Amino acid sequence: MSAILDFIGVGFIVALVKALVVFAALLLTTILVVWFERKVIADMQSRVGPSRWGPFGLLQTLADGIKLFFKEDFRPQGADKWAYALAPVLAMVPAILGFAVVPVGGVLGFGDTKVGLVGSDLNVGILYFLAMGSLNVYGIVLAGWASGSKYPLLGGIRSTAQLISYETSLGLSLVPIALVAGSLSTVQIVQAQAGTVGNVTFFDGIPILEQVSSLFKFIPNWFIWSQWPAFAIFFISGIAETNRAPFDLPEAESELVAGYHTEYSGIRFALFFLGEYVHVVLISAMAVTLFFGGWDGPIFPFLSWLWPLIWFTLKTIAFVYLFVWLRATMPRLRYDRLMWLGWKRLIPAALLWIMVTAVVNTAGIDRGVRLAVFGALFLLVLGFVIRGDPRQKTAVSPQRRVSSGTA
Amino acid sequence: MARSYFSQYLTIGLFLVVSVGLVMGTLQLARLLRPNVPSYEKYTTYESGIDPIGQGWAQTNVRYYIFALLFVVFDVEAVFLFPWAIVFERLGTQALIEMVIFIAILALALLYAVKKKVLDWL
Repeated sequence: MSAILDFIGVGFIVALVKALVVFAALLLTTILVVWFERKVIADMQSRVGPSRWGPFGLLQTLADGIKLFFKEDFRPQGADKWAYALAPVLAMVPAILGFAVVPVGGVLGFGDTKVGLVGSDLNVGILYFLAMGSLNVYGIVLAGWASGSKYPLLGGIRSTAQLISYETSLGLSLVPIALVAGSLSTVQIVQAQAGTVGNVTFFDGIPILEQVSSLFKFIPNWFIWSQWPAFAIFFISGIAETNRAPFDLPEAESELVAGYHTEYSGIRFALFFLGEYVHVVLISAMAVTLFFGGWDGPIFPFLSWLWPLIWFTLKTIAFVYLFVWLRATMPRLRYDRLMWLGWKRLIPAALLWIMVTAVVNTAGIDRGVRLAVFGALFLLVLGFVIRGDPRQKTAVSPQRRVSSGTA
Repeated sequence: MARSYFSQYLTIGLFLVVSVGLVMGTLQLARLLRPNVPSYEKYTTYESGIDPIGQGWAQTNVRYYIFALLFVVFDVEAVFLFPWAIVFERLGTQALIEMVIFIAILALALLYAVKKKVLDWL
């Protein structure tokens, strides 16, 4: 009880300011990210992209948003009233809530009050992030089911199977991070990545790599170096979690019209749309936090409190760009290929990588054993990845291969 | 310690209140601004321009159910892995071997599913 009383007062004001700042920053970011995506895709397709509203078309998203405010909103006759109304909120709110555990900087001091630049430094930050990702599924499955229409139902069911499949590998890909960081708190994970590679013990006992790592003392000690397989699994699963290309099957235009939000119009559709972009930024921010050192970066003497924020923002933008780039490049996966990738490649790879990380990082295990296990499992994972789907090879007939080769 | 522990969760609660409040506010604002001109056609479901046939709730493939079941297995597994991941340095080799056995048993379940071909879509 006293904890709650303590919270009311300075703590309450700080928390409220944090929540409002995060929300405002997210809205601004989302508007900019939508513009950014349209501009980048336009650039990749040799078009101009949005250019009419504001400088460089920056206000295009705002104009679209205002338009959607004035659009009529109707619910199909057969729809379930409450679930239909609840779904857009469920698609948007968990994505925003996920940002509560994303640290964007160190600690700021205002006189006596010290404010960490993170919404809430939960000691189970990673689990909280995964939980919010899981809640996102409800928005999509409810939207699909509640519309009382066929295309949304197909899209909703499909995307539920997709989301829960990739959620599993997303969760498993973060276990190695917990292993090496020894914590689930996002702030402590970022702090564990401070310094340079010279301090890292991962390669200790491996003769050549130990020497090599001492040569590159200026390389930051981010988890990406030792955990790149976990990062690959995390990022692929993350793209699938956000329903983005090449995993945008839930809203495959060519077969499902618009998938789960076919029957949504006006501002409710806008919530689904914005929710997707908030999720893209969230996955990018988490990738930066967990694998790329978060706010870590060189800090210069002037405006020293601002640099962490700048580094964090730049890294996140790089990942958002990657999301857009993938959308412009990759064709959509076929559904059976999607399930194949999730269940037969990513999940076994994630399980193997957990064991590799655990064996390599356990003290008291013989160096030879460590090296042998590391090498064997590493080759196994690599082999699985390279081998691809054996069925794909039989699917293309020799004749077709010849004709496509000569064309 | 206890104070900061609770205040972290209360902060999350505040995030929830703010985000739900603002999303609801947006919906209410749109309700005030948008026109409402109902007609029968607008309230039919979209089926590529053809009049809807039958009910909106169609039957779906039972395969999705199997994925849901497998999901439960592996998600619960992940829940067991995280606590171990935090303290594995203190627990040492014995816990590592136990965990490898645990993961191997679940990997067997996945292998069984692969052999039964429930993971093959077509």
